[in-house]
Amino acid sequence: MRYLPHTDVDVQQMLDQIGVSNIEELFSGVPADCRLKRPLDLSAAKSESETLTFLRGLAEQNTKTSDWDSFLGGGAYNHFIPAVIDQLVSRSEFYTAYTPYQPEISQGTLQAVFEFQTLICQLTGMDVANASMYDGASACAEAVLLTIRAGKKRHKILLSQGLPPQYRETIATYSAHLNIDLIDIPLQAGVTDQAELQKLLSDQVAAVVIGYPNYFGQIENLGSIAELTHASGTRLVAAVSEPLALALYRSPGELGADIVVGEGQSFGIPLSYGGPGIGFFAVRKEDMRVLPGRLVGETMDKDGKRGFVLTLATREQHIRREKATSNICSNQGMCVLMVAIYLALHGKQGLRQLAEVNYAKAVYAKEKISQLDGFSVPFSGETFNEFVITCSEPVAALKQRLEQQGVLAGISLGRDYPDLENGLLICVTEQNSQEQIDRLVAALAGGEA
Amino acid sequence: MMSTEGRGLVLDENLLFEKSQSGRVGYSITRLDVPAVTPDQSLIRDEIADFPELSEVDVVRHYTRLSTWNYGVDSGLYPLGSCTMKYNPKINETAARLPGFTDIHPQTPEALNQGALELMYNLQRDLGEISGFPAITLQPAAGAQGEFAGMLMIRAWHEANGQKRHKVIIPDTAHGTNPASSALCGYEVITVASDGILSKEAIAAVMDDDVAALMVTNPNTLGLFEADIRGICDLVHERGGLVYSDGANLNAMMGISRPGDIGIDVMHFNLHKTFSTPHGGGGPGSGPVGVADKLIPFLPVPYVVKEDDGFKLEYNCPQSIGRMKSFHGHFGILVRAYCYILSMGGEGLKRASELAVLNANYIRARLEGEYDLPNKQRSLHEVVFSEEGLQNDCHTLDVAKRLIDYGYHPPTIYFPLVVHGALMIEPTETESKQTLDEFCDVLLAIAEEAKTTPELLKQAPVRAKVKRLDETAAARRPKLRWERG
Repeated sequence: MRYLPHTDVDVQQMLDQIGVSNIEELFSGVPADCRLKRPLDLSAAKSESETLTFLRGLAEQNTKTSDWDSFLGGGAYNHFIPAVIDQLVSRSEFYTAYTPYQPEISQGTLQAVFEFQTLICQLTGMDVANASMYDGASACAEAVLLTIRAGKKRHKILLSQGLPPQYRETIATYSAHLNIDLIDIPLQAGVTDQAELQKLLSDQVAAVVIGYPNYFGQIENLGSIAELTHASGTRLVAAVSEPLALALYRSPGELGADIVVGEGQSFGIPLSYGGPGIGFFAVRKEDMRVLPGRLVGETMDKDGKRGFVLTLATREQHIRREKATSNICSNQGMCVLMVAIYLALHGKQGLRQLAEVNYAKAVYAKEKISQLDGFSVPFSGETFNEFVITCSEPVAALKQRLEQQGVLAGISLGRDYPDLENGLLICVTEQNSQEQIDRLVAALAGGEA
Repeated sequence: MMSTEGRGLVLDENLLFEKSQSGRVGYSITRLDVPAVTPDQSLIRDEIADFPELSEVDVVRHYTRLSTWNYGVDSGLYPLGSCTMKYNPKINETAARLPGFTDIHPQTPEALNQGALELMYNLQRDLGEISGFPAITLQPAAGAQGEFAGMLMIRAWHEANGQKRHKVIIPDTAHGTNPASSALCGYEVITVASDGILSKEAIAAVMDDDVAALMVTNPNTLGLFEADIRGICDLVHERGGLVYSDGANLNAMMGISRPGDIGIDVMHFNLHKTFSTPHGGGGPGSGPVGVADKLIPFLPVPYVVKEDDGFKLEYNCPQSIGRMKSFHGHFGILVRAYCYILSMGGEGLKRASELAVLNANYIRARLEGEYDLPNKQRSLHEVVFSEEGLQNDCHTLDVAKRLIDYGYHPPTIYFPLVVHGALMIEPTETESKQTLDEFCDVLLAIAEEAKTTPELLKQAPVRAKVKRLDETAAARRPKLRWERG
């Protein structure tokens, strides 16, 4: 086997040095009644060529967004990925390294994470960001746990129904056994109902969690929600599943959010059937020491030269064990690099310009569809690159009809929002040409694509 | 051979923000083909202050230079105990980058992504065969999230049986994630001392009807197989508890012993350890979980099932613990792990475990005598030395830093806590005898240096990008982001 370098001579010499006559003796500590007495029932080893042929066969059975007119978003976004990113993250000094526990030989990873933390702070308008979490949903769940830890005796969490359903489900999983009450804040016209929010707020509430943009692509009035929330001494968590919006709209930090979490997949990470992505997590200075996850900090070496290290580790599970701020032990290292490179390439001007392109394309699509008979846009508020339409035709039939024309029209909303039984969430990015949008519109109208 | 000479060029590189030049760009965006519109001014932010402005060349050089300050498995031996830093096969990377895997949206109808679902289904099946569990979830994002999912299932099972148990027993040698994951499920952690193999008596002494589960790591963090594991599982089961096994050390066990056959109820896999997916400088990992029959109703959603008309994602599980994260796990990592299993085959995986154990025992045989070995029992895939006997006030940290000067990544140090100044070495099966000999020669030379020239250890490293860093200052005055001075 090409990954196993041992020759027969090597093995014999090693056994001699150890003082045993065969490898089997090395397993003498494994009792007979714990042994597997047959070979593993797996397929025989394939050659490199056979393996690739087989996997290519599986890959080719899938539907690539680039081959279709895809308008799927809902927490995973089809954005262009510059060639530079894969070239750089393929440098194996990066991807074959472990967590940077030995800082002197991990300065590449450490500086890259320090820069990532800075980029996230700048984008979100916050003071401190960690080295990343698994994804947006789990980061949001960890944010809820932070507010419970830091919120003294407060045990209620108010979740906007505009949060992505997967975020709400993940929060429910994480908080199942920690005596946390999860309470939904209803929506009004596709955004969080502030009158209802006001009624639900009390000194029992540790956090209000709002999607920004929310699951329907709507830009919530975060500033006004922040005022309401802070009036009862409650923390405001903004959850961002499409962070490109932050290049265009006022940042959650500027609008008063206390914690900003989200998903960074939009920034240079392939869709990859939904993972791995990357969760980002940013807080204000006051919450720095209750933050979950890894942090990289700047320091100096013995000669006074700048360097970076993992820091504030006394929050973490390997030191604090059951009293840690989280059980998380990894970050999304390789994805951190993708996001940081993406942001470095696009920079101040590019990211803004790209966000404007997304916005303009979505507006174009939304206006065209709203003019079609049998379709309407139920919410009038500001949207970024996603919006909801309702159809007079049953959504399942409509989607199938469009699939036959090579169009992935959007995500059905009925399962998660019974009021929107005929609702469809449509996402338009820079990857969708005007021609594609026109085809979508024609197909919806019933014409040939 | 003992030389620390030969270091290459080490280039300096400022931060992105320090390199930034107003007006520089590193992107190209396709021309807008619809009318330009902008949102209401009141919603729009100012430009992102101090966001970098760089050309493509700037960015490429920046990250290329940064990469040269890192040490990876591709640079050389990376003998981190309990981390299983084996070679990351290149075909895995090629496979994970096939457009039919990278360019697929998680909300695409299942009928249109049958290849991806088949891959996940096959991986569930193969991990089940390797571990002896009838069902596998691929959803958890990493080992720690796998532990969390496993403990949630244990709690859900007890509750479904009308039981409210409050405690989890964990040996003090366990990885810190074990107690942290238990606490997330609302459990109180009972620590049992273990300085070798866990005894049935030690568990019996703390096992009662309020204990929900025992969490073990097998082989344990000293590299020892828990020889009494069957009896311990029986004991816990008799009192109505379940047994969780941390699969961090599965690399010693493939084709040798299956946790599902010996009484374990739940185990997580670390695909980034045993199944060769890259550690990525910290992640992403992937932490599938295998469960015994009785826990199947509680698996997180979704998981892949095979029906007459193809593969489907199953969501309809009323007793499920729910969702661990968005979508269907770290699919890109699952592709790599499956690619590895295909490349190795059943025999190859068993051979990998055998050679991993041979390698660790070879290092043990070569260093025992010069380095103190507190536990003399037959160890498997890793070996743990202590700092006893190091001369001239030299400590484990000094040995580790001196190894850097010789061009090696140090072993895991100061873990497990039960060994004084632990030096925990796990070479994995992908290292040759020649590499191990060179490494052992260096460690023996360092022990000699501790006797004769201890300052070489105390000053080390002197040949890395930076010298020892002031970690105390970093924690006392945290500087966690760049800001314009």
